[in-house]
Amino acid sequence: MIEALDPIDRQLVNTIQLDFPLNPYPFRILGDRIGISEEEVIDRLKKLTDIGVVRKIGPILSTTAIGGSSTLIAMQVPEYEVDRVAARINEFGEVSHNYLRPGKYNLWFTVSARKKERLHEIISEISELGYPFLNLPVNRLFKIGVKFEV
Amino acid sequence: MDDLDLRLIKLTQDGIELVPEPFKKIARELNISEEEVINRINTLIEHGIVRRFGASIGHRALGILFNAMCVWNVPDHRVEEVGAIMAGFDEVSHCYERLRSPDWEYNLYAMVHARTREECERIAHEISLATGISDYTILFSEKEFKKTGVRI
Repeated sequence: MIEALDPIDRQLVNTIQLDFPLNPYPFRILGDRIGISEEEVIDRLKKLTDIGVVRKIGPILSTTAIGGSSTLIAMQVPEYEVDRVAARINEFGEVSHNYLRPGKYNLWFTVSARKKERLHEIISEISELGYPFLNLPVNRLFKIGVKFEV
Repeated sequence: MDDLDLRLIKLTQDGIELVPEPFKKIARELNISEEEVINRINTLIEHGIVRRFGASIGHRALGILFNAMCVWNVPDHRVEEVGAIMAGFDEVSHCYERLRSPDWEYNLYAMVHARTREECERIAHEISLATGISDYTILFSEKEFKKTGVRI
């Protein structure tokens, strides 16, 4: 939990989201910036990973830039079937987020495929499940998650 | 993006190792220099294929337990202006216009993250005051079935 983070952890978490040094020795550079050793940076990042604060350090990909296309689907699934249907949907590697939300359309998931054809294929397989759904592709983008201040 | 870029992304997309020289092993595996690994990542960022290279954060572990999808019915001619206002809120992580459906009149989506349900509701209310859009609903996530980044 957040209470377990001291100011150095917070500084580290804030820095590595947007300003991760692309250098052969990134953790040494981070340490120099914050005033701790390379070893301590690595130890702290391991701990932050263990408690789930840091999920990974790597490339955050843009679906459209890799030539792919994506959409948001809202599906109407009876409550008693929702766990099973969600598990079936999650089998698609292209499904990146999948949530239960209140309302008539209760299963909300995003699909990001490398090729448009693949997206169509997935949507047609999803429609074969037989539940009504809305296909809600992005028309305009105003903001995409960049950084979370801790 | 060539084949080597693709392999580079595949080798790093689940996270680099927390070791002093994390790019060394990747370079060896791709049979290129560490310098080239780093140059290629920078080029992928310049070309927008990689949005950024850095940490993904687990909101839940930080106590950000509430994820609210706020959906708004915004007159088409005001979408550009209202989208820009929503994007300006720090608590809004994502903001998109999506196509309406006959059965779904909402066209603007703002993802709000906060520590409590009330905080999400307060932020949505503030957005409503700031934009003058009162036709909206907040869909909290009741269960997370999956959450990963975009992968290739």
